[in-house]
Amino acid sequence: MEQMNIVIVGHVDHGKSTLIGRLLADTNSLPDGKLESVRLMCERNAKPFEYAFLLDALKDEQSQGITIDSARCFFNTAKRRYIIIDAPGHIEFLKNMITGASRAEAALLLIDAYEGVQENSKRHGYMLHLLGIRQVVVVVNKMDLVNYDEAAFLKVKTEYEAFLGQFGLVPAAFIPIAARDGENMVTPSEKMPWYAGKSVLDHIDDFTQAKDKQELPFRMSVQDVYKFTAANDDRRIVAGTVMSGQLKVGEEVVFFPSQKRSRVKSIEGFNQAPRTTISSGEATGFTLETQIYIRPGDLVVKATDVPPLSGTTFKVSLFWLGRTPMTVGKAYKLKLASTRVTVYLKEIVSVMDASELQTEDNRREIGRHEVAECVLETLKPLAYDLAIDFEDTGRFVIVDGYEIAAGGIVIGQVASEASAVQKYRAQRDASWEKGLVEIQQRQQLLGQRARAVVFVGDRAPELGKLLEQHLISNGRLAYYLGRASVLSGMGADYTGALGREEFVRRLGELAHMFTDAGLIFMTSMQECDDAELEILSVLSDPFEILVVVCGLNPFSQRVPDVQISDAMDLESAKSQVVQLLADKDVVPEYFL
Amino acid sequence: MLWSIGKDSTVLLWLARKAFFGHVPFPLVHIDTSYKVPEMITYRDKFALEWNLNLVVGQNEAALKAKETFPDGKIDRIACCKALKANALKHTLSGEWPRKRMNHQTRQLEYDTNTEPYTGVIVGARADEEGSRSKERYFSPRDKQSDWDVGDQPPEFWNQFKTDFAPGTHVRIHPLLDWTELNIWEYIARENIPIISLYFDQGEGKRYRSLGCYPCTTPVESTSTTVQEIVQELKSGKFSNIAERSGRAQDKEDGGGLESLRREGYM
Repeated sequence: MEQMNIVIVGHVDHGKSTLIGRLLADTNSLPDGKLESVRLMCERNAKPFEYAFLLDALKDEQSQGITIDSARCFFNTAKRRYIIIDAPGHIEFLKNMITGASRAEAALLLIDAYEGVQENSKRHGYMLHLLGIRQVVVVVNKMDLVNYDEAAFLKVKTEYEAFLGQFGLVPAAFIPIAARDGENMVTPSEKMPWYAGKSVLDHIDDFTQAKDKQELPFRMSVQDVYKFTAANDDRRIVAGTVMSGQLKVGEEVVFFPSQKRSRVKSIEGFNQAPRTTISSGEATGFTLETQIYIRPGDLVVKATDVPPLSGTTFKVSLFWLGRTPMTVGKAYKLKLASTRVTVYLKEIVSVMDASELQTEDNRREIGRHEVAECVLETLKPLAYDLAIDFEDTGRFVIVDGYEIAAGGIVIGQVASEASAVQKYRAQRDASWEKGLVEIQQRQQLLGQRARAVVFVGDRAPELGKLLEQHLISNGRLAYYLGRASVLSGMGADYTGALGREEFVRRLGELAHMFTDAGLIFMTSMQECDDAELEILSVLSDPFEILVVVCGLNPFSQRVPDVQISDAMDLESAKSQVVQLLADKDVVPEYFL
Repeated sequence: MLWSIGKDSTVLLWLARKAFFGHVPFPLVHIDTSYKVPEMITYRDKFALEWNLNLVVGQNEAALKAKETFPDGKIDRIACCKALKANALKHTLSGEWPRKRMNHQTRQLEYDTNTEPYTGVIVGARADEEGSRSKERYFSPRDKQSDWDVGDQPPEFWNQFKTDFAPGTHVRIHPLLDWTELNIWEYIARENIPIISLYFDQGEGKRYRSLGCYPCTTPVESTSTTVQEIVQELKSGKFSNIAERSGRAQDKEDGGGLESLRREGYM
């Protein structure tokens, strides 16, 4: 049987829970005994029975009389099975409303005929638009309180239609109802003969399923690359959920933003017949013909399909839920599909209170429950699409500290001038307090050129330490700083909440200080990519960074200065790096 | 991941095997109240060995030793659930109480030397089971006391969940939240998952619809002997309108019994 998620939204007390309770009762969808147990509970507490109590099953909710979370319940019609989400109408619970609504394919929006259009009627309408819900039916409830008067209905309809029109949302219908009495719920109401349209239930059945995304270009965000070597399984599986399109064995794929390429060797799965195609909606995995270095968050696209956009600066529309405002210059984490990157609010184009849609300019921050058009900037390039083209790769959330503080959609690409990290370095250098000693003096004193050497790969720490030992015993001043040392000392406050780039930035600052002091600075990274290396290079400039890769080369642009194969022993590997330092005149050859 | 041996958590385990291409890269925790139907333990150990699972078993050994249980007549049902399930789970996860681990060489459970706390659990709870579960999130943080603040839960947008946590937070993940009892059985049929035989009629016209401890769970009248028959029974047969947990006695003890338990860590 076909299944559909629908959400019921609207201002507090406009009758959402009653409408749902009524739908459940009228479609015979309540489990035997449920109605009875709620009636019993009402009796026990000397309260009159209400349909709303069916949903507000939690104790503290019944005492407060409002829905605080998005309760889920289920009902069936002859056509399909529905999961119905009751979203709270109270402003404090807006994030719960969003949680409920973001899983829905269609929405019923309730407005109280007597109270008329309220703040959250508007706010919820705008949220539905931002969340990408295009099928909306507006239900004007409590018509009994206005004596089933058509003029009262039309007043609400005209006002609300105009509001939704501001952002191009056109509801499928406006229906006058009285949920408590079942008017226009399942069958046409005799009390409102002036209404010729369909009942609520008929309109629900008229909603259509989301379009199949199989015909769209292929998009899959890499969730992880699995290796189960410990369990005697040598497959290297690129895993993720296919968001759209299809992919077949033998087809060429491109990973964005690195633009590395390979071909699909096999489709992997457990407890399923061997197959050669994967398509939208599937959580799946594949292996590649060539071993290339891929990271979680990479966007897989077919070589023959439209590529995604890629860059560090883009224009978005977002709604802010955080307790503290979103401010220009503060670092946040952005999550888009499986990608996580550090992001900054670069510029606020306009801020509007979602219930009023008034544009305000010259703002430096976005407050709670406000909607803003703004420009975001990431430290590392990000692959994405415009939400209008691909909803899954065009929408994102922003994490402030540990909490999801915003959701939004990408509405445009912005050409980036100087990168965020270059601007950051220019600022740093401008305020750097210079001493009286020039770097040439230090280098002369130490008999070496200051350089940063980054070792990448599983064997990187071992090799780095060996080299440090070698240089020191040959009278050179070198320092090896391991990842754990960075994290435990000056990174003690680093929790990962900001994203990996913050770690890379701190490492870059350390590389800068050590090299500026004239040292040969060495560090290791188990994983790295071109963008992270770029951050390190910019921060430690003017001192060149030398790159030693152990094992699989993770870079698509940067050519490693030394490439160590897995088969090579550490002593030979060390000699290769020593030779590099000689070739680059870092250390005078006669010392080595 | 919690594995109660019941159909929901076994489906969850199966999904993990699918997600990790035949492997399960995390421990499976079973809370053994000692009042489980013996067949459940046999089934658990058989598949733990066969599927190469890292099985960890926890128990409220003190309460059982002191006979502080409902079957021993010392406490009521809710208090018993709290002691043998909620508390056992809490302290097993935290590592404060002894944990046993399946040794795949000796094929026996042995006391585990690892007492590190688990910082999160994946649980097979479903929203349609009863009222309080319908308010759950996919990713649900609990504070240090395992408390669940129903009124202040993180937002979940599309497929983006709260995955960043302050140190000391305990997180529960509910992948099956939007599955129904029927979905579970249809998936068992599709994947041909080996499900414990207690769910099927063994010739006496009775079967379990929901598995728990034997003193508090009664079988239902049903002659379904196969997965397909159960699917039919749920779709159009006698159970299409009867709540699944109707055979669970503890749910009936007070109006919101299960909700108070859930706040204290019951799943």
